[in-house]
Amino acid sequence: MLAIKLAYRNLIGAGLRTWLNVFVLSLSYVLIIYFNGLMDGFNIQAKTDTIAWEIGDGVYWHKNYNAYDPFTLEEGHGIIPESLNYAVNKGTLSPILISQATIYPDGRLQSVLLKGIGTEQKVLKIPSQSLSVETEEIPALIGKRMAANTKLKKDDVVTLRWRDAQGTFDAAEIKIVNIFDSNVPTIDMGQIWIPLKEMQKMKQMPDEATIIVKSKEFNKKINDDNWVFKGHTFLLEDITKLIKTKKIGSSFFYIIIMALAMLAIFDTQVLSIFRRQKEIGTYIALGMTRSQVVGLFTVEGSFHAILAAIVGAVYGIPLLMLQAINGYPIPEGADNMGIAVGKAIYPVYGLGLVISTIIIVFLITTIVSYLPARKISKMNPTDAIKGKIQ
Amino acid sequence: MEQNSIVTISDLVKRFPVGKSFFTALNGINLTFNKGQFAGVVGPSGSGKTTLLNIIGSLDSPTVGSAIVLNEEVSKLSTKKAAVLRRKHLGFIFQTYNLLPVYTVFENIEFPLLLLNMPALERKKAVLDALEWVGLTDKIKSRPAQLSGGESQRVAIARAMVKKPELVLADEPTANLDAENSHHILQTMEKLNDELKTTFIFATHDDKVIKYLKRKIRLEDGKVVSDEIINNL
Ligand SMILES: Nc1ncnc2c1ncn2[C@@H]1O[C@H](COP(=O)(O)OP(=O)(O)OP(=O)(O)O)[C@@H](O)[C@H]1O
Ligand SMILES: [Mg+2]
Repeated sequence: MLAIKLAYRNLIGAGLRTWLNVFVLSLSYVLIIYFNGLMDGFNIQAKTDTIAWEIGDGVYWHKNYNAYDPFTLEEGHGIIPESLNYAVNKGTLSPILISQATIYPDGRLQSVLLKGIGTEQKVLKIPSQSLSVETEEIPALIGKRMAANTKLKKDDVVTLRWRDAQGTFDAAEIKIVNIFDSNVPTIDMGQIWIPLKEMQKMKQMPDEATIIVKSKEFNKKINDDNWVFKGHTFLLEDITKLIKTKKIGSSFFYIIIMALAMLAIFDTQVLSIFRRQKEIGTYIALGMTRSQVVGLFTVEGSFHAILAAIVGAVYGIPLLMLQAINGYPIPEGADNMGIAVGKAIYPVYGLGLVISTIIIVFLITTIVSYLPARKISKMNPTDAIKGKIQ
Repeated sequence: MEQNSIVTISDLVKRFPVGKSFFTALNGINLTFNKGQFAGVVGPSGSGKTTLLNIIGSLDSPTVGSAIVLNEEVSKLSTKKAAVLRRKHLGFIFQTYNLLPVYTVFENIEFPLLLLNMPALERKKAVLDALEWVGLTDKIKSRPAQLSGGESQRVAIARAMVKKPELVLADEPTANLDAENSHHILQTMEKLNDELKTTFIFATHDDKVIKYLKRKIRLEDGKVVSDEIINNL
């Protein structure tokens, strides 16, 4: 208690130098919290978008299907269990049939992933209702990236070629009825969405699907050996990994700022212990033990961290709040890395993040303050009182 | 006489290492100081006055012999025990004042009481009393940099006296003061010696101080050459 009171007096008395150190240190607080908040915001947004557009509350894969191996598409499909029809009709399950196909935009050959989706499904945000239009051609839905890539526009007609269950080639015209805008590239790039019923006919796979996406409302378990459930942990692993790498990458920044702040505090401590020898001698003459004096100087140093937290809060909170509201703009095309990225990332600052940052910075500051202060315990008080240079 | 003794020094030798050899600053000192004495150690520069005071103040320890201060053998005290002795029973006044620069006058005088964990109200009263003794009630909020030398030394006296210690050690308290200020602070200390029965030991070669002393110990080359009681009425 005494040390805190005295340390506060000394630090405030020291004036400008204190505030300079405090400011640099406060920068590391704000940067650490900002970068982590940005990453967490990115993480949450990418996961929320992926859940909304691609994976719902989890996906049942046909036992022979593996999303990471396109060769499994051949065998990886099967009849949707009859007992699930009510849920499919209710829109809480969305079966999707996937197959490889080819399109010929402007006469060029391009491989695509053809996906059949129920026009009434409510599990995913993909606007599949727009596929229920009366057209001569097969109605098709593509994302904005696919549109840009193939130069296909709304109402364009293009030839589609595929192989049916028997392996026989077949072809038909498809018409782009809608182009959707999603942050999730994995349901967009190289993909064409058509009505499930249509695709089952084309492929001669009646009532079949490759995957079944479930919504939160569907709370039963499918007990069928042909269908294997994949939960969020598994399906979102890529995003989790990417965020981890990004976090490590950005920590480089604040480690440098932090090192600068620590250097400044270390320097201040060394200097003040040297300059304040007479004061240290006086403390000892007045009856403070050496460890009390070491403690006082350590507390003084670590007080920087507390003041920095306050100063950081003064300018950091409005700044970080503004970022959280306006978002950090992402340049066009940055989402080509295959993970959902919006037009802006909205940082999310968790209480845990703020508290752990404050604790970590405080601990490091305390250690950095303690190291030079140990020298005090070796000082000769009679020399120190005179302020003799040692 | 014996049970009244507050400091007993026997066959004390103090040597300082100087290069490969050593320098003998105090050489066979035998002295006893009694409670309530207003004594001074005088002698030329380098005679060992400060060294002796530092040992009595448990800031330094003897090389040979013993120094018993308030029933504690200085050479046997741990640094922690020595700190407790100083905190509770000793007051220091330095030639260079040694005020804490960022503290106000009030806070400087309050400091020894903070170390004693005295309650706030009691503390405030004691500090105001001490300010009264040295006549600085109007400088309560000033900082050391804003004080004259005389005022600074009076603050230092108040700081040494505020906890009413048994023993005050004053090393050249007037060296940086003019005649008028010197007399003022000496009168203050004389008054405190009279009222509180505090023992004072000075180290000085200042005639102005010597005039006030009631016992004068003369040191030369680390030895006591004379020790006289002065009865100035
Ligand atoms: N730490 C030390 N190391 C070596 N020699 C020392 C040390 N401290 C004091 N001395 C020597 O011991 C002698 C006595 O010093 P001391 O400071 O006690 O003298 P003093 O009587 O107080 O002198 P002054 O009147 O100038 O203050 C001096 O010769 C000094 O050089
Ligand atoms: Mg001296």
